[in-house]
Amino acid sequence: MTQVLEKQRESSIVVEKKGLTTNYAIAQAVKDVDVDVIAAYPITPQTTIIEKLAEYVANGELDAEFIPVESEHSALSAAVGASAAGARVFTATSAQGLELMHEILHIASGLRLPIVMAVPGRALSAPISIHGDYQDLMNIRDTGWIIYIASTAQEAYDTIIEAFRVAEDPRVQLPVIVSYDGFLMSHTTEPVELYDPKVVREFTPRRLNTRPILNPEKPTTIGALATPDWYYEIKYQAINALKLSRSVINEVDSEFNEKFSRSYKPVEGFMIDDADYVLVTYGGAATWNALEAAKEARDRGLKAGVLRIRLFRPFPADDLTKALSNAKAIAVVDRAVAPGSPIEGPVFKDVYIALHMAGIDKPMLSVIHGLSQRTMYIRDFYELYYRLKDIAKVGKSPQESLFMGLR
Amino acid sequence: MSELKSWTQIPIGGYIIEPKNSINNKTGSWRTQRPVINQDACTRCRICWLYCPEPAILELDKPYVAKNGRKYNITFEVNYDYCKGCGICANECPVKAIKMVPEVVQQ
Repeated sequence: MTQVLEKQRESSIVVEKKGLTTNYAIAQAVKDVDVDVIAAYPITPQTTIIEKLAEYVANGELDAEFIPVESEHSALSAAVGASAAGARVFTATSAQGLELMHEILHIASGLRLPIVMAVPGRALSAPISIHGDYQDLMNIRDTGWIIYIASTAQEAYDTIIEAFRVAEDPRVQLPVIVSYDGFLMSHTTEPVELYDPKVVREFTPRRLNTRPILNPEKPTTIGALATPDWYYEIKYQAINALKLSRSVINEVDSEFNEKFSRSYKPVEGFMIDDADYVLVTYGGAATWNALEAAKEARDRGLKAGVLRIRLFRPFPADDLTKALSNAKAIAVVDRAVAPGSPIEGPVFKDVYIALHMAGIDKPMLSVIHGLSQRTMYIRDFYELYYRLKDIAKVGKSPQESLFMGLR
Repeated sequence: MSELKSWTQIPIGGYIIEPKNSINNKTGSWRTQRPVINQDACTRCRICWLYCPEPAILELDKPYVAKNGRKYNITFEVNYDYCKGCGICANECPVKAIKMVPEVVQQ
């Protein structure tokens, strides 16, 4: 959720307020930052992003190469090549497409290429589903990309702009995913304030040759074999860069706030300061369903709060721990599953580890909901607050994940 | 092999920014068997030089007189810094002048 405007913005920065789906907001942002190459393959619910971008390129509104490839594997491979040659590159995918990209995801981060990709989250087959959840995103968690999860169309638009700045920062040089709810956001129209492209481009100066790029004048080999003597060290560079990107991400957001009067923190709390019972979640549910439920619970005298995880990788353990330190019981609502894990909520595991690493032991509940867009009712989130109250009384974490909305 | 660099000293992403630096990587250490050329049997046909994938067969301007009295202007030798011991040269040699000899003989 956007913060209250912190300072008066120059009136000329916002050029238009438009009703846009998150997908169209993404396409608009990609046009406003002025990318050089788009390599993409259509897949629901992502398709309308690249349809719109293809239209911009065909109309001459965006001066970029649009490479219509034959698969997502090729889409990201072409993006890797273009980025290695020093182009500013964008791609987008979902679900099976992201799975097909999987091996190239590791290559993009290992080669430190500042590609930006939009991922409206979608359920994975089988059974075949085109509907939204975050299973695709959770599966690529360990590929070394920076991962944001936006919760409004405005935030998605803003985050693409921030993402190019972060990715191309010489201290980072890593690819970035901007994810959000498939359908619930990707195809839902919301008001979005669009900025003057000139100002957006000033904010995202092209810093594409601070690392060696493919250039016949100065031969460079990118993607060579690393024997066991070298692999570990080269991999560690990327691991370390991802860890250190935290400070750059915060720095870029502060500057973004200065310029556009909007700011997004790695974790965002709503009514959290005095909250006894906190729902931790991500994506649209954190901004809408959970928040409405918290308000209702507050109306009935329960100190309810919501913590939204906006930055998923690198995981903001310190900010999260600080925000949760006063809670009596915590539920993490996951829209994805880690089958066979000690407990099935993938983000639950991160939150649990972060708290325990900080020496904080609180009753915690892992909740699975919203798989393949199973409706997450406000009353479900509301019910969770009362479950947390009971769990706090018992003082122990339930040993099983709660599969909400399951018949 | 020279001292290995730490992760802070290696170019970003393992990029090779210095062309031809693969010569720093002495792949001869991979070898378990070494090809040994019998200079008297060798007819200087150049087939080993042609087939060597490394390439680690050196054609040298080094005159040689064979035991049978034949005079050659050139000599073929193996560059053991890079020869991985694949044995292709020995396999291809039409006069069986190259033998593969174990690097370490078990006692």
